[in-house]
Amino acid sequence: MIPPAFEYLQPRTIPEAIAFLQQYGDDAKILSGGQSLIPMMKLRIARPGYLIDINRIAGLSYIKEDSGYLKIGGLTREAELESSSLIRSKYPIIFDTSRVIADPQIRNQATLAGNLAHGDPANDHPATMVALQAEVVATGQRGERVIPIDSFFVTLFTTDLQHDEIISEIRIPVPPPRSGGAYFKLERKVGDFATAAAAAQLTVDQQGICRRAGIGLTNVGPTPIKAGKAEAFLLGKPVNEANVTQAAQLAAEDAQPSSDLRGPAEYKKGLVKELTRRALLRALGRATE
Amino acid sequence: MAQKQLIHVKVNGRDRAAEVEPRLLLVHFLRGIPGLTGTHVGCDTSHCGACTVLLDGKTVKSCTIFAVQADGCEVLTVEGLMTNGQLHPLQEGFKAEHGLQCGFCTPGMLISSYALLKKNARPSEEDIRWGISGNLCRCTGYQNIVKAVQYAAGKLEEGGQGGSPNVS
Repeated sequence: MIPPAFEYLQPRTIPEAIAFLQQYGDDAKILSGGQSLIPMMKLRIARPGYLIDINRIAGLSYIKEDSGYLKIGGLTREAELESSSLIRSKYPIIFDTSRVIADPQIRNQATLAGNLAHGDPANDHPATMVALQAEVVATGQRGERVIPIDSFFVTLFTTDLQHDEIISEIRIPVPPPRSGGAYFKLERKVGDFATAAAAAQLTVDQQGICRRAGIGLTNVGPTPIKAGKAEAFLLGKPVNEANVTQAAQLAAEDAQPSSDLRGPAEYKKGLVKELTRRALLRALGRATE
Repeated sequence: MAQKQLIHVKVNGRDRAAEVEPRLLLVHFLRGIPGLTGTHVGCDTSHCGACTVLLDGKTVKSCTIFAVQADGCEVLTVEGLMTNGQLHPLQEGFKAEHGLQCGFCTPGMLISSYALLKKNARPSEEDIRWGISGNLCRCTGYQNIVKAVQYAAGKLEEGGQGGSPNVS
């Protein structure tokens, strides 16, 4: 399949890229990893007249802790997250997530920022970023705008990112001691989108009482689902088998899956319950190890 | 019609320049301009991995990247694996262990395995299966592909040639 013709633009700086976005408006798309965009262009689901390739903008690919945040650059690839020792040791939930996205070749190209900007609820990072309470830094003509993850996803394939903005960074608050997270995904085969998946991030105190809980769900609604009832239930309670099971049940109630080729809605609700239970227990294990 | 752009891509060590439309996919560039038809177009939807090549040392699906994105980069295709007429240990391994039947997926399998062994000289069976998880084979059931990669890992460890293919 040959994609429709387009003009190819190669800005070297973010301001240059933003100027192109303003000049060409809705007819322009950012080309980052391109692993969703190019297949969509082949299928004529997307037909941008202008592709703004940001891959040659220097300094946009990094993973670092700075001023109380884990900062991930707008061009950081999945493969870089997967192989980062900082991510492996301190943010295993992100390692879990990156590792189950598509396949090695796609992870060499695909970016975290693109995974969010695409606004596909079947993508894996959105739920993880909800669990981590990340912030998306959108850079536009007027400078940087920080978007809390809970208001970033509007609906199916629609985010709060404005047309002339680029995700320049993703920020995640550095978790306090005794924190841990995990991502559990069920897929029909390696590389598939999730039938359902659950992301959980916990902070517990010395007594094992939950001081912070973040739970996000993948592909069971028009956006990633924040399992707010489950989070509120766990807060202030001991994180034990019984409370985890109850929280998982509440998460399943927050899920809004639809029946499709991957299974009936009822099955997916059951799946959310079990995946959330497993993610919470592994998060607890990592928080207390 | 979009304006054509002059690009230079170093393919298996040789500079290849062409004026291309921006929408030309890398796989079509490789097959069309230097005529390197070893890289196959399989599913064309970035699932099967038959079109896998190394782009600046990293595996990519060449059906899901534009040739203009490879401007100034180095590409290794299956044709570049041989050194001085000698098969790469991976190629030897696929032959010795019957790592192919119809052979359609083989160029992509070889390149993914090559990238895996560069990163991890002693992969476990699980590492190998994970390393080729972006490459589909509909014939072999993967058993013999895994054996072929293990064969190559053993050969390379013994100091067999082919650690660096002919890219000069």
